[in-house]
Amino acid sequence: MKQTFAIAIGGAAGQGVATPGDIFAKIFSRRGLSLNAYNAYQSIIRGGHTLLTIRTGPEHVSNMGDRIDLLIPLNQDTMDRHLKLLTSGAACIYNAETIKPGSAADGVQLCPLPVSELADISRNKVAQNTLAIGAGLHMMGIGFAALEEALREQFKKKGESVVVENVGVARAGYDYAAAHFTAFSNPLPKTEKRYAVLSGNTAMAMGGAAAGVKFYCAYPMSPSTGVLHWMAAHARKAGIMVRQVEDEIGVINMAIGAAHAGVRSMCATSGGGFALMSEGLGMSAMIETPVLVIDCQRAGPSTGVPTKTEQGDLWQMLGAAFGDYPRLIAAPLDIADCFKVIPEMFNLVDRFQCPGLVLCDLLLSEGRLGVDPKDLDFNPAIDRGELITGVNGNGNGASAAIATNGGYKRYKITESGISPRAVPGVPGHIHTVATDEHMEDGVLISDEFTNPIKRRAMMEKRMRKVVGIEAAVPPSTLWGPRDAEVTLIGWGSTKGVIEEACEMLNEEGISANQLQIRWLVPLHGEVILELLKDARQTIIVENNYSGQFARYLRSETSFVPDGNIRKYDGEPFMPHHIVEAVKEQLAGKTKLSVPMHEIMV
Amino acid sequence: MATSVQRASQLTMADLKGRVDPDWCPGCGDFGVLAAIQKALVELQIPSHNVVAISGIGCSSNLPGFINTYGMHTLHGRALAVATGLKLANHELTVLVTGGDGDGFGIGGNHFVHTMRRNVDLLYIVMDNQIYGLTTGQTSPTSRVGMKTKSMPFGNIEAPVNPISLALAAGATFVARGFSGDQKHLTELIKQGIGHKGFSFLDVFSPCVTYNHDNTYQWYRPRVKKLEDDAAYDAADWTAAMEKSLLWGEEIPIGKFFARTDLPSLHAAEPVLNEGPLVHLDPRVPPDVARGFIEELM
Repeated sequence: MKQTFAIAIGGAAGQGVATPGDIFAKIFSRRGLSLNAYNAYQSIIRGGHTLLTIRTGPEHVSNMGDRIDLLIPLNQDTMDRHLKLLTSGAACIYNAETIKPGSAADGVQLCPLPVSELADISRNKVAQNTLAIGAGLHMMGIGFAALEEALREQFKKKGESVVVENVGVARAGYDYAAAHFTAFSNPLPKTEKRYAVLSGNTAMAMGGAAAGVKFYCAYPMSPSTGVLHWMAAHARKAGIMVRQVEDEIGVINMAIGAAHAGVRSMCATSGGGFALMSEGLGMSAMIETPVLVIDCQRAGPSTGVPTKTEQGDLWQMLGAAFGDYPRLIAAPLDIADCFKVIPEMFNLVDRFQCPGLVLCDLLLSEGRLGVDPKDLDFNPAIDRGELITGVNGNGNGASAAIATNGGYKRYKITESGISPRAVPGVPGHIHTVATDEHMEDGVLISDEFTNPIKRRAMMEKRMRKVVGIEAAVPPSTLWGPRDAEVTLIGWGSTKGVIEEACEMLNEEGISANQLQIRWLVPLHGEVILELLKDARQTIIVENNYSGQFARYLRSETSFVPDGNIRKYDGEPFMPHHIVEAVKEQLAGKTKLSVPMHEIMV
Repeated sequence: MATSVQRASQLTMADLKGRVDPDWCPGCGDFGVLAAIQKALVELQIPSHNVVAISGIGCSSNLPGFINTYGMHTLHGRALAVATGLKLANHELTVLVTGGDGDGFGIGGNHFVHTMRRNVDLLYIVMDNQIYGLTTGQTSPTSRVGMKTKSMPFGNIEAPVNPISLALAAGATFVARGFSGDQKHLTELIKQGIGHKGFSFLDVFSPCVTYNHDNTYQWYRPRVKKLEDDAAYDAADWTAAMEKSLLWGEEIPIGKFFARTDLPSLHAAEPVLNEGPLVHLDPRVPPDVARGFIEELM
């Protein structure tokens, strides 16, 4: 079993949970440790309860794991909720003056800090947090210099005296732990690796910048707002126009307008906002102007649980906008993939002139991962497809004579279904695009010219693009031994946790393999059937109530799994949820497991 | 040389004729609006490939199909949002947004207000006929109280929106009203609206001869009074414009209610566009900038 170490810091919103989290994350990643952070929180700005879990280790850490090694409760509520989760070998560092510990399991080390003896709490309101960081790092076997450096960066804007004070408080905690607490049995190692720590939202925004996005617009909606924040903060350096729009209907239409002028254009939202964008996606498909929409799923329906994760928007994606039209849907597998999928998707939507949907979720959007900086490639392939701009068009003179229509047909019927796309401003290619059904030259056939033969031809032209899309997107592969006892099937963000569950099962002597779906459309159903034809026991794992992917897979392939593991309580899977569910299903106890989440936030 | 090239390629009314003839009812006010737009473009000599006519859905929104410029026939109520994106991506284009009162003030009301406060540099022409035509005659947001339609057969009981007051309140920097029955005046207003650097709103009385028997050419003709005929009227005075906008009945003002030129348009206010239109920018983030983005995370 690989070495990992998880810290959970909990408190009320506004109590300063984020800062210690950032400091730990910085120190771990600079030691060359992989890390994954997940913040369980509520839709409240001050108060309530929030629990940040940071799990780190020398090998790839893909999820929050099962175990808390160090709990830092910043208030009594956190202590009361979570101390019982700790098991032998774990520790809990807390302010002895304000928090009572309660009873802990055998082998759990309680580490009370006499906060007012160690720091001037009248001056430093978050002294308990800083003391706990210092104490914790000592127990992990990390030298003080790393903390001093991190604190210096954290507080340098507030001046040298604040830096000195915080370093002093941290030192007091560090030294107190040395004298009074037992260090963890496995000190955290160092590696030569280097990591950039980022959220999925930051990754998707950066992926957009790398893909050449020039227009980004959004309406704030959790958990997608991080994309807007990164874009807004970096817009001027990256040369991106970023707009906050009045609603998501405006967002999708504005994004399509910009795309129509010839730039790569992107927007992000969550399920509710996506519902408002639906009609706009139909427009993108009908006028054949590519646009990329990110949906960061949260627990629904309706306003749902704004701060909790779910994979509940799949059928909304599949059915968004009425009528049949070509589309692409990808679900990034982890935070590094959140970056990578954006340039890939843009190349496809530019080539096939249709909408592309990226189906992310809160777990990735707001989670954080240490990513190899090499995986953040700002020089990806850019393929704009058959695009006629002023540069490559035939227009060097702007005379009215050549501006009148030559033989150019925007919706020329081709074998691939792709028609060369001229953007407004290019001489010699004047045309009108229409959301009404139209002829090759863009003239409407929907009103007085309605003609079933032309309608059929245009429908078939657009839908022929599906063949090209299927050929352009690689199918999924099976990870692990082909003859495994159990095959776990997941999609998108569950990749890491299923992977770890497979490792745990294999260690326990139950051979397991994994089929993780990244491209939902095109699905490559025949390849999936081929991969699963020898599977001994198949289980679909997903974060929703009705088995949205299971139902989709059945509708596309008639495949029905032997069992399902589903979770729809707002929290992500932990590896042991899957392991235990697999075992009960292998024992024939049930075909549907719904694990109970133990961490109450 | 430049001059002779320009002469050789003089834009004419014929150049702007669309591929198909309008399918509007004979006598529809929208014919007059289309002709006035074409005349204005000819008088301004804007190359037709640099003009984009963007509409929503409805009778009047079919206009982009009837004029030989670039065009977009978008979704019901969404033309202004599409136009904003397009203008920001290529601000060298001349953007005309055309549509009806239902499209603009009903389903598109939200975008109408926000596009005005953003001062997006485009001309928005609403062919206001106080009725839904393409859906065969229902009450619109500008239908008068008491008007009987298929959707309100016993008479409208909802107060109409006042587009001019609304535009003034929302911060439009050019606000005017025209009448399809006065071509010369309308053409002049369109020219001014295109020339204005910012959001130009032009509400045009464009009678529906099929479904609106209240607001006909005959009803409008004696009532419309040009603001330009009043030498004392100052279109720079917002309060005066607001007062004039409230006039309705025996005297209905048309013409330029208000204009201000001291505010930057949206694209002019955004430094990202200092290097030129987005569509012409290098899509790649410079390597040193990209490196900086990654180092922030380490």
